[in-house]
Amino acid sequence: MDILNNILAGQVPMELYLGVSLIMFFAGVYGFLSRKSMLMILISIELMLNAADINFVVFNRYLFPGHLEGFYFTLFTIAIAACETAVAIAIIINIYRNLTSVEVGNLDQMKE
Amino acid sequence: MAQQIIFFVLAAIVIIFSILAVTSKQIIRSATYLLFVLLATAGFYLLLGYNYLFAVQIAVYAGGVMVLFIFAILLTNRPGESLKTELPVRRIAAGLTAIAGLAFCAHIIYYNVKKVSDLVAQADITPQQLGHTMMGTDKYQYLLPFETISILLLACIVGAIMIARKR
Repeated sequence: MDILNNILAGQVPMELYLGVSLIMFFAGVYGFLSRKSMLMILISIELMLNAADINFVVFNRYLFPGHLEGFYFTLFTIAIAACETAVAIAIIINIYRNLTSVEVGNLDQMKE
Repeated sequence: MAQQIIFFVLAAIVIIFSILAVTSKQIIRSATYLLFVLLATAGFYLLLGYNYLFAVQIAVYAGGVMVLFIFAILLTNRPGESLKTELPVRRIAAGLTAIAGLAFCAHIIYYNVKKVSDLVAQADITPQQLGHTMMGTDKYQYLLPFETISILLLACIVGAIMIARKR
């Protein structure tokens, strides 16, 4: 109850943001390890990158207010994530055209 | 007070939908849950006072990347077909790995980050400030990474076209 009052009275503490991004990151890790479809693996990677973005922004805002380092790191990470997704989806579509399947178990047939 | 309520609503959305996104059987549902997670993340950016990141997150992730995902899913998936997952043993191993990592990092955060939880008020970031920071070569200015990203984007466009075109 005390903790709840503290949280509701003041600002949102930093570790709550970190906890949310932590859960998001490890949901991504679980999906990355437990799924077979390459698109699902890509979705998991997006989750992990997004969790890292939240951490950059939160550390910047709480520990170095007035600076913009974490802000720009997040900006560039978003751009790199978009690049990575575009190339990965191009590769996935190409693989689907050759193998009519996007499961990682079939990828050993890729050599022509 | 309002800030706390908004934070907890967004946190609940992020946690629930990120777990649903990796456990859902239908891939199109996974993509939709991922969209909700990305939108809630944009809400976090707004809550922390980074309006520009909010706009970028909505435009690039919720706009561009999600459209790519939906296209790829519709191109490679037969409708109504549920996804195969790994063997149960490997799923349990994956879950254990995730939970172990989660516990480890949560322990570190809980015992080390507690002392630094003050949120200092910060003036809004003006577009002028953003532009000067992005377009300079001094310390704390980011022209070189900006140009590198633009070259990366160009290479990425060319590469994606080269890979995905019909032979």
